[in-house]
Amino acid sequence: MNLTSERIGDCLIIRVGEPRIDAAVAIRFKDRMRDLTADAATRTVLDLSEVDFIDSSGLGAIVASMKQMPDGVSLDLSGLMPNVEKVFRLTRMDTVFTIHQSAESALQDRAC
Amino acid sequence: MTFPDRQISQRPVATNASVSLVSDPMEVRHALEELLDQLAPLHMADEELGSVELVVAEALNNIVEHAYLGRDDGRIELHWVLSGNGLHIRITDNGVPMPEGRIPLHPDQSPKDHAALVPEGGFGWFLIGGLAHNIVYRRDRGRNVLSFRLAVALD
Repeated sequence: MNLTSERIGDCLIIRVGEPRIDAAVAIRFKDRMRDLTADAATRTVLDLSEVDFIDSSGLGAIVASMKQMPDGVSLDLSGLMPNVEKVFRLTRMDTVFTIHQSAESALQDRAC
Repeated sequence: MTFPDRQISQRPVATNASVSLVSDPMEVRHALEELLDQLAPLHMADEELGSVELVVAEALNNIVEHAYLGRDDGRIELHWVLSGNGLHIRITDNGVPMPEGRIPLHPDQSPKDHAALVPEGGFGWFLIGGLAHNIVYRRDRGRNVLSFRLAVALD
């Protein structure tokens, strides 16, 4: 599971370097997210711009990752491709997460 | 007399095919690739192919997780037919029946805006129900048969 993190100021950007977050990798994704966000800053952005497919297991793993964030740390999303955006829209999870167009615009939206 | 050129140009695109797999998440990935390869000559829009891939992924994942309870040697057969009102898909498996013999669709599955109330699972049938039509589940001679239609490749 290729996840890389980069701290920019007060912001932690986690980039998913995989084309799919599906049932085959959902548990590994969630575990890796727990490791990467254990000492997260005030804001964390999960950049999905390289992901072109997620299924409900992948969505569940992203939701679980949001719930397991340390106290006071939010998990935003960025770079949703059309198939990924559709899953968030159909399940109305797009109302639960703050979604930015890209990691770069997430950084600009609020100084961090 | 034969017209080789014409025969080639008029060869019909296959409008039905099958995919077989066993109940394993990586097999599901490969089966989806195979299905998309079979559908490629039909020139569907990317958005439509995305919906087909998503609904079939959800149906197959449900079978792997719930019908075969994580067993990795259960047989799954998928058959598709393209007709005038879309892509008809039938998926059969030899696993355990659905609970109470019906699809666990929850009409009141509205995600809440409070994070603590957001479910981590149960999105699968929600996605299938949101994208597919004529969803039918039946138990037939010890097998589960799920069929549905996707309104894609319409004229």
